[in-house]
Amino acid sequence: MNLLNNQKFRGIFFQLLTVIGLVAFLWYITTNMFHNIEQRGITTGFDFFGQIAGFGISESPIPYSDQTSTYFDAFKVGIINTLIVSGVGIFFASILGVIIGVARLSKNYIVSKLSLGYIEFFRNIPILLQILFWYNVVLAALPKPRQSIQLASDMFLNNRGLFVPKPIMEAGFTFVIIAFVLAIFVSIFLVKWANKRFEETGKESFLLPWIVLIIVGLPLGVYFLSGSPLHFDYPALKGFNFRGGMSYSPEFLALTFALSIYTATYIAEAIRSGIEAIPKGQKEAAASLGLSSYQSLKLVILPQAIRIAIPPIINQYLNLTKNSSLATAIGYPELVTVFAGTCLNQTGQAIEIILVTMLVYLTISLTISFVLNIINKKMEIKGR
Amino acid sequence: MNEENIIEIKNLNKWYGDFHVLKDINLNIKKGEILVICGPSGSGKSTVTRCMNYLETFQEGSINIDGTELTDDVKKIKQVRSEVAMVFQHFELFPHLTILDNLILAPTHVHHQPRHEAIDTAMKYLERVNIADQADKYPNQLSGGQKQRVAIARALCANPKIMLFDEPTSALDPEMISEVLDVMMELATEDKTMICVTHEMGFARKVADRVIFMADGQIVEENTPEEFFHNPQSDRLKLFLEQILDH
Amino acid sequence: MAVYDLKPTREAPSNLRGPIKWVLENLLSTPLNVALTFLGIAFLFWVIPPFIQWAIIDANFVGTTKADCTGDGACWVFIHQKLTLFIYGFYPQDDYWRINSAVGLAFVFGAIFKYFGRSFITKILIFSLYPIVAYFLISGGYFGLETVPTDKWGGLSLTLIIASVGIVMAFPLGVVLAFGRASDLPIIRNISVVYIEFIRGVPLISILFMASVILPLFFPEGVSFNKLLRALIGITLFQAAYVAEIIRGGLQAIPKGQYEAADSLGLSYWQKMLLVILPQALKVAIPNLVGASIALFKDTSLVLIIGLFDLLAMVHLTGSDASWMGFDTEGYVFVTLIFWIFCFSLSKYGKYLEDRFNTNNR
Repeated sequence: MNLLNNQKFRGIFFQLLTVIGLVAFLWYITTNMFHNIEQRGITTGFDFFGQIAGFGISESPIPYSDQTSTYFDAFKVGIINTLIVSGVGIFFASILGVIIGVARLSKNYIVSKLSLGYIEFFRNIPILLQILFWYNVVLAALPKPRQSIQLASDMFLNNRGLFVPKPIMEAGFTFVIIAFVLAIFVSIFLVKWANKRFEETGKESFLLPWIVLIIVGLPLGVYFLSGSPLHFDYPALKGFNFRGGMSYSPEFLALTFALSIYTATYIAEAIRSGIEAIPKGQKEAAASLGLSSYQSLKLVILPQAIRIAIPPIINQYLNLTKNSSLATAIGYPELVTVFAGTCLNQTGQAIEIILVTMLVYLTISLTISFVLNIINKKMEIKGR
Repeated sequence: MNEENIIEIKNLNKWYGDFHVLKDINLNIKKGEILVICGPSGSGKSTVTRCMNYLETFQEGSINIDGTELTDDVKKIKQVRSEVAMVFQHFELFPHLTILDNLILAPTHVHHQPRHEAIDTAMKYLERVNIADQADKYPNQLSGGQKQRVAIARALCANPKIMLFDEPTSALDPEMISEVLDVMMELATEDKTMICVTHEMGFARKVADRVIFMADGQIVEENTPEEFFHNPQSDRLKLFLEQILDH
Repeated sequence: MAVYDLKPTREAPSNLRGPIKWVLENLLSTPLNVALTFLGIAFLFWVIPPFIQWAIIDANFVGTTKADCTGDGACWVFIHQKLTLFIYGFYPQDDYWRINSAVGLAFVFGAIFKYFGRSFITKILIFSLYPIVAYFLISGGYFGLETVPTDKWGGLSLTLIIASVGIVMAFPLGVVLAFGRASDLPIIRNISVVYIEFIRGVPLISILFMASVILPLFFPEGVSFNKLLRALIGITLFQAAYVAEIIRGGLQAIPKGQYEAADSLGLSYWQKMLLVILPQALKVAIPNLVGASIALFKDTSLVLIIGLFDLLAMVHLTGSDASWMGFDTEGYVFVTLIFWIFCFSLSKYGKYLEDRFNTNNR
């Protein structure tokens, strides 16, 4: 038999060709790369991580100094800021997305059309444009600190950011935390008890007010009993700016608003398609069995809709995290701005830095995918 | 309401927008009667059946189920639905629950039965439809015929006085139709009132007390099965029978 | 037992249809609904009139300088003055006709493609000919046209160039990757998977940085990449991974029987894929491909960060023009409008395609 026509041989031959081609290409670009690096006098390797960075970072959740912190410290700050802004964004995007998604399905014409308008409007505008808009138009239009908008008795909004009181925990506060954890355990126990009661007697229990009471009341009670072990550092206007309290920079605010509002449109659509994917017959069967609207939703529709909606929603969380990299445009010090921006400019070691940056995002993506796979496996509707 | 009747439909009219879907339906169904409704698609036969457990609303006329008048009143709807059970063309089992959980869902959550009681009842009916060994499986692991039998068992768990069947065998492969019809015929020997929308003429002939022919939103002809199939009176029915009995 | 006469069709009772019924059912059916309707209307009143006041009633439409913007409203004069900048970037004014012709030619080629593209080969030829013609038109250097270097390209025209090149070039690469991922050959498959998952796991900005900064290092000294080319390479490589996944979804929708039928007819691998499988897969994939193209169109705005002057960058830039300070709101509103119109139209077109293909399949 002619060897060239043997399918198996062809497969191996073709793969061999690809490998050789790929290796040759990689060899070509790497030799060029090293040559070019040498020519330009750029250092290689990861030693720079230990060097002192020498630049300041405007907001950092961990101690960072422009005098003593290394590039590795800057790298850490970048990652943490990325995680913070992504986490906050995911939180608000989810809440907003659920509200808009449910509103979209409402029988009320105005509510449904308003949410449709929201979705169609924010979905068709680039996220970068939305970030720039919030930053340059909305937040820039805020008044100077001396004329701040007072949102609550100690919350101030101005063009330097949002200033709120900072809670400072005293010694006795640990008891409050213990009380909170205890309250959660009690609630779990209560839910288990109610389920058992339902199985045995068919009686339903209305637990929600009790659970709220316990989770809020118990820690609160302990708080007052131990003499209110919490005091606040209030933001106060000193000179031209506020001192004290906690502050959220305009960069952080603009980024969070834009990311939340934009991602919420996709989450809303995922929720809507999840619910609409459930055949009308399911609702009818539930109704004909006598289940109320609330029961149908809780026992039949939502369990199925969630299974459909979760993968795209988690995908959106991933997108939001990747989109946080656009903070570069407004200078919020997350990973790309700090590391692939300032650090890269100072050290010139583009290859290492960009590769490491990509690896960080890749790790986040793969972790989220992995978690998603586990969730999916657990929730699978079993079939043939 | 006449003592003998369990369902009384008077001058029922329904519109979908401007489309007159049900025209002046007048129908009295006696307790324990087996009624078969047939007709071409679009005749309104499914619609009128679905009005009986208020899955469809209507604009004119009245429906009285076992003494309860069907209106928008949620309490009345709930009362009616506890006495009327429905079997759907596409089974509509809940795919995320096991067969057993499918059956005990309504008894526990609507009728507040303790779980072990509900399970006993459910197993009893599962055995009755010959599918008790599948109790822990999920719907998508069953064949069409099996699914429909489970659906019938689920309907029976509520111990209904009236059972509605909306084309129960239309979505089944031919070899599975008889297993479902057998179950239905066995049910017919009890004192339940059964209303079946179906094309299965064999079933109608063997079991029905009365057969109704609907077309274009109204009742065109009604008769005993024998007379209905051998002596069709109206041209419309003659045409319809020709079309369905020809193959 | 009984036969009934034909009953007449009646009209639905008047109090139960028409606008009154609609309002009652859709807006006021329950107390909750009444409250929501009220809130909804209140919200609309809170948002719309002030915007119309600013954008139209108090706005200035005519004039040439900042002084002409007297009112509290929007200064559309600013947009009017900068419009050519927004659309053509820094392209020389005398040569605007070249960009306009390139756009016009797109429609001409499109029509030729639709009405005269019979065989696969002619379709490919027409499809490939246009970019070449357009490139020479815009870039110049031949046929007596002056060279216009790429750093002068900007504004909406640059956005359209980047988007169309990205969409067109990413497609064949995405097809190859999708085939690779579906392949039986382990090496090919693994290379494709690694590429796709790597690209999808990182943000576009990092790919653009890589293309912008690292790409030149991969090639010997003499080879130069202008900024635009680097961005195009980055965007193409990025988009190809997403296109690959979409096509993979389409491939998965093709029943195994199709592959088997093609094999049993004796078709080679490429004949099978290109003549039987791919056309069907594309039909399924079209709506998602349109969606990905819309996403790409929006993502072109990222080139702002690496120093290219697309539409968003132009507006951003002119906001700091000294003679027109303080009108960036108008600029952003304008850019928002342009992007929104493009993206919304594309999504409507995608829906149209989806409906058309759905009826085909019935």
